[in-house]
Amino acid sequence: MRDELAIHIASDADIVKARQEGRALAERIGFSGSDLTIIATAISEVARNIIKFAKRGEIVLQRVDRNPRDGILVIARDDGPGIPDIPLAMQDGFTTGHGLGLGLPGCRRLMDEFAIESSVGEGTTVSMKKWVSS
Amino acid sequence: MEVPILKQGHYLIATFQAALTDEDLLKLQDALVERVGKFRSRGVIVDVTALDVMDSFAARTLRALAHMVRLRGADTVIVGVQPEVAFAMVQLGLTLEGVATALDLEEALLLLNSRAKGVGARAR
Repeated sequence: MRDELAIHIASDADIVKARQEGRALAERIGFSGSDLTIIATAISEVARNIIKFAKRGEIVLQRVDRNPRDGILVIARDDGPGIPDIPLAMQDGFTTGHGLGLGLPGCRRLMDEFAIESSVGEGTTVSMKKWVSS
Repeated sequence: MEVPILKQGHYLIATFQAALTDEDLLKLQDALVERVGKFRSRGVIVDVTALDVMDSFAARTLRALAHMVRLRGADTVIVGVQPEVAFAMVQLGLTLEGVATALDLEEALLLLNSRAKGVGARAR
């Protein structure tokens, strides 16, 4: 039983693979119902950003041990162009129609923890966690 | 994985499988827009019951599909958005604005039939 895996992202088929692997791992960790769909959706969005902006990168999926409940860590990493203005990228386009349309504010809502690091010309790393709910 | 399209009277029915790539979605869009003309279809039903995830690309493609089909003179109804998929879509900020939706195939057929008769001709 693998509880850590890395998926190379270079085509739209890899997006599907990443979200399926993510769902399967989340199920092994103990997530159920709508949480599985939420995790798969967030993975789909960040994997899509890799394809769209960096052409290639990787998604790392990992179990996180924590008392009393475990969680899942999703890392989306690329060495693409980077995001020059992270606050702008995190600006919510939910109601205004503004924002960069990266789906990042949405992913932050879907997951319990969300962090982003990016340097122009060097790449972007998005880390998201979700904990199994009681 | 290509999406099968069934012809049922004046309507076309496309049923999604779980794992659709972006390319599959775009192919479906092209195929439906083309077949609406070929079969002189009045309506298109897209069944997403089996779809695992509706992300931003899928939602945008479905909206575009519905608008293209509209321009070809037919109506589109999306059916079978699962509760957890609906929940994730709303959290993500995705909408299917301007696109008719129905709970299942039966409701979708009723909706299209009523539109064809010109009664209750309003998207829900």
